[in-house]
Amino acid sequence: MLKVDNLVVSYGGIEALKGISLEVPDGEIVTIIGANGAGKSTLLRSIIGLVKTKSGSIKYNEKELTGLNSQAIVAQGISLVPEGRRVFPNLSVLENLQIGAYMRKDSAGIQKDIEAIYEKFPRLQERNWQMAGTLSGGEQQMLAVGRAMMSRPKLLLMDEPSLGLAPLIIKNIFTIIQQLNKEGITVLLIEQNANMALKVAHRAYVLETGNITMTGTGKELLENPQIAAAYLGRKKHKKN
Amino acid sequence: MEIFQTIANMTGAALAQHVANGISLGSLYALIAIGYTMVYGILLMINFAHGDIVMMACYFAYFGIAVFNLPWYITVVVTVVLTALLGALIERTAYRPLRDAPKNSVLISAIGASFLLENLANYLFSGRPKRFPRIPILEQNVSLGSVQIQVISFVIPVVTILGLLILLHIVNHTKTGMAMRAVSKDYEIARVMGINIDNVISATFMIGSALAAVGAFMWGVKYPGITPMMGVMPGLKCFIAAVIGGIGNIKGAVLGGFILGMGEIMIVAFFPQLSGYRDAFAFIVLIVILFYKPTGLMGEKLMEKV
Repeated sequence: MLKVDNLVVSYGGIEALKGISLEVPDGEIVTIIGANGAGKSTLLRSIIGLVKTKSGSIKYNEKELTGLNSQAIVAQGISLVPEGRRVFPNLSVLENLQIGAYMRKDSAGIQKDIEAIYEKFPRLQERNWQMAGTLSGGEQQMLAVGRAMMSRPKLLLMDEPSLGLAPLIIKNIFTIIQQLNKEGITVLLIEQNANMALKVAHRAYVLETGNITMTGTGKELLENPQIAAAYLGRKKHKKN
Repeated sequence: MEIFQTIANMTGAALAQHVANGISLGSLYALIAIGYTMVYGILLMINFAHGDIVMMACYFAYFGIAVFNLPWYITVVVTVVLTALLGALIERTAYRPLRDAPKNSVLISAIGASFLLENLANYLFSGRPKRFPRIPILEQNVSLGSVQIQVISFVIPVVTILGLLILLHIVNHTKTGMAMRAVSKDYEIARVMGINIDNVISATFMIGSALAAVGAFMWGVKYPGITPMMGVMPGLKCFIAAVIGGIGNIKGAVLGGFILGMGEIMIVAFFPQLSGYRDAFAFIVLIVILFYKPTGLMGEKLMEKV
């Protein structure tokens, strides 16, 4: 579905991505794990058109995305749940959902989708008219996911959805991710919480300072001792 | 004391006259201040050319009536359309190329746009003041008891309130308004929602300029001398009005406009010996407000930032 090939992105002469290649097959959850500054967010930002790429290609269903603006990319059926949620604090919960459907014209369909999202997240319905800035972190994350769903994406990009949330809510979010995936949405998930991410992912990549250093199924990486030491907080010699 | 003497000597009729003048001037300031506050809300910059847009609108109206002999009500429509386009053109040429530049560059570009308009008007229309065409139906007096008040003094506040209501409806209840509020908070994410930022910013400039054009027309009827530099002082004062109300807040801009307009007229009415300081009033209020409430009177909650 999504194919990134030899992608190079640089900010002011410093290469944040040094020619990475990866693939997100239709219907899967693919995760990219890595430390702060590894280039994870840069990757998502270049897929959605917020960052100019230097070279390489990003193909979505065989169509080149590099050089397109965000508007055109979103129109292809890609949606972003940004890092730190970034719901519009000065818009109500309902308006945040409506703005997610900004490019759609079918008001009946939009209404139906809003109801579906309220069904999935009853807390959002309770807060329908509240300004999004007054919601708790977990509620904002649900709103950010709901907002992204409103454009009816086929590919959902998620940037650190667990960041700054309580463990119970993180579990919740990951359940939602799996649920969305079962409903047919392909997910590209970026996480520092490698443990949770690898558990739900079909396929995983490890990104280190702009290079992909390892790849495999979620399960493989979860069992890999190097990964365990570097990202899962387990020591290699923990066994005894 | 002298002041009380002045007040005591003032008849009810004179007082009513001053209040009417204060309301009209305040309304005009409010209409223009809205343009400053909207642009600031969305671009975080002061559009220094806004006062000169008012001036250009006055000339558009002058040419419409005095040169092309259009009826005044058609001239209003033409003026509003032309001024809105002018606002969008300035944004397109002076601000959009600097979208990713530091804020200071945009500010300097705004000052440049302002000078350009002033000098262009000076070159095209000459510096000699022109008289805004007479529109008898708006200028005639109606008597309320012993008070004589011009029709325009009633029209101005009514039009201002109408304009404000329409604007608030657009901002709070339309898709474009929703996009404006979104863009004012987060460019990037607005883009990711599929919003065309440039179109939204253009719309903001057009709406602000259209309101300024309405204000300019009524300004011309009330204060008929038009010159290429006429936009400078009102522009400055309306910017102050926007800051006093809490920049970025539309209702705040209207409140600030009324405070300045009313205050200015009342100073002249009650302290005739201070009338030379009339223009200083706005700046004194600004200093006092910035001292006690730096965010402006309504600047605390930024819900309505556009």
